[in-house]
Amino acid sequence: MLKSPGKLNLQQQEQRTGWLLLAPALLLLLLVYVYPILRSFWLSFYSQNLGTELKPLFAGLDNYQRMAIDGRFWESLANTSFFTLVSVTLELGLGLGMALVLNQAFRGRGVVRTVALLPWALPTALIATTWTWIFNDQFGVWNDLLQRLGLIQTGVNWLGDPGWAIWTVIAADVWKTTPFIAILLLAGLQSISADFYEAHALDGASPIQSFFQITLPLLLPQIVIAALFRFAQAFGIFDLVQVMTGGGPGGATETVSIYIYATIMRYLDFGYGAALVVVTFAGLGLAVLLGAWSLSQLRRGAS
Amino acid sequence: MAKLELQNLSKSYSAKVTPLKQLSLSVEDGEFLTLLGPSGCGKSTTLRLIAGLEPPTQGEIRIGGRDVTQSLPGERNIAMVFQSYALYPHMSVYDNIASGLKLRRVASSEIRRQISEVSLFLGLENLMQRRPGQLSGGQRQRVALARALVRRPDVFLLDEPLSNLDALLREQVRAELKQIFSQQNAPIVYVTHDQTEAMTLSSRVAVLNDGLLQQLDSPRRIYSRPANRFVAGFIGTPQMNLLHLDCNRSCAMLGQYKIPLPVGARSLSEVILGIRPEHVRLVRPGDPIVIQGEVVVVENLGMSDLLTVRVEGKPEFVRTMLSPDQSWSGKSIKLSIPPEMIHWFDAQTGNRVSDATR
Repeated sequence: MLKSPGKLNLQQQEQRTGWLLLAPALLLLLLVYVYPILRSFWLSFYSQNLGTELKPLFAGLDNYQRMAIDGRFWESLANTSFFTLVSVTLELGLGLGMALVLNQAFRGRGVVRTVALLPWALPTALIATTWTWIFNDQFGVWNDLLQRLGLIQTGVNWLGDPGWAIWTVIAADVWKTTPFIAILLLAGLQSISADFYEAHALDGASPIQSFFQITLPLLLPQIVIAALFRFAQAFGIFDLVQVMTGGGPGGATETVSIYIYATIMRYLDFGYGAALVVVTFAGLGLAVLLGAWSLSQLRRGAS
Repeated sequence: MAKLELQNLSKSYSAKVTPLKQLSLSVEDGEFLTLLGPSGCGKSTTLRLIAGLEPPTQGEIRIGGRDVTQSLPGERNIAMVFQSYALYPHMSVYDNIASGLKLRRVASSEIRRQISEVSLFLGLENLMQRRPGQLSGGQRQRVALARALVRRPDVFLLDEPLSNLDALLREQVRAELKQIFSQQNAPIVYVTHDQTEAMTLSSRVAVLNDGLLQQLDSPRRIYSRPANRFVAGFIGTPQMNLLHLDCNRSCAMLGQYKIPLPVGARSLSEVILGIRPEHVRLVRPGDPIVIQGEVVVVENLGMSDLLTVRVEGKPEFVRTMLSPDQSWSGKSIKLSIPPEMIHWFDAQTGNRVSDATR
């Protein structure tokens, strides 16, 4: 069929409408995501600190070279990785257990489900303050509990001890986010048909065999999603640590986010701070992409 | 080898919810028993009790003389085909079929031999590495069957295995099922609400309603001699005509027509006359029972016409199936009810009235 020039056919019209409808959201994303990221990237090639009287001077790769030999950066990266690995592993394990319990039919399950989600809904600063008190060396519940059990004689300064401090943060984070994982995994568990378990039982499987051969493989996509979410969140952890330890004692709990915050807001070193942001961003982005890719592989294998 | 026996089997969830009441029956080796009934009649519950997926409230289940009432599902050596097929979506067809054997620690060479045998039998050789999600409905059905057959169980259970197939495929698979299970030497219990499946596949049919066994008989007798009003109305399409009639001594009154009652029904004041639409025909000279009526609806079923006729002087309708060679004209029609085809039921109890004439 011949078309008069200038007139759009139906498909082109639909495409144009589509772009029009997308435009506001795209614009917003450009402004709040793309622009700051590009700006940080640009800034990371400049020196802009008190030494330059806060004027940007082109510095090439100086900031990146400095980072390579910055012991504090590597230490904070190690702290963050340790925190992320331990807390996400614990949360996945405990969250799976919690989801399995909540997936059972019992009286009052609805109430328990709601209550279980509460820690996740509470403000982080509040949780951090509460846990700071729990681990307080003189008045803390934790010390009191251990003393009553006779496990320790005198109160331990958990938050002030470089070895223990990171564990207090991990404990608070696990308490706060395990319910989130549990709810995510519970949704996955509920989508697994009871028929599979019944067929497996008739095949002669024990509940433990069913867990490993049915539940785990079928729940894997949800587990990967939960791990991905939590990995990204835990790697950027700031609020909980800032309130509980402020990165101390002596940098023992300083995470990358806290180091970046200090670099920019305390030392007013904007150029170096931007370089730190870029490297962290790139690393995190790579990890999330890897996770998302493995998830898509999983999905393709399942269908 | 492994006769399946149920004795006084009951299941109740609460005082009011009792899906199964006092069911007793036995299924011999190689016998194909169908549990047939409307939804909520207790047929699926029965199957789940046999499988051990739920414990009975009362009664006993025996397989090959062994009491398995308290055994776990895996200890009963039962294979079941689920309505949803319940194929493990993350496993290949091969692993799905092998699952039961692997869990029973059969040697892998033996597993391979048995699977190749059953897959050849069911035409699944080329699908072994596929996932269930990549199969058509009919193929999935066959994999589910293969998974049951390869186990060589003491009892086969099938829970509405054809209900997820489209109509055309269903007929084809039904015939295949009949062929496959005619070669099996184990009791087969099949659950369905589809009477065609029940009639075509079974050696015996147990009709259930409201948790109670209504009739346990061969398909032929279920059709030709329904034990009560429920079975009469449930079996056969189109449904049997069931006419509520007053009795006048030895005759039932259908409008102005008198129909002689069998000996066993002479003491009743009300009876139900049952006659299948396919047995009502146009009148021929010498017919003993003739009714006149007015044609209300004509439904063309292809091989025959289904007529709904209002009986003269009665508010009731009689439906009749007329083959194309029986032609009528106009609204008024004269129908014949062959006396030997009439089923009599007690209007109070619903039970069949024994007819001494046969």
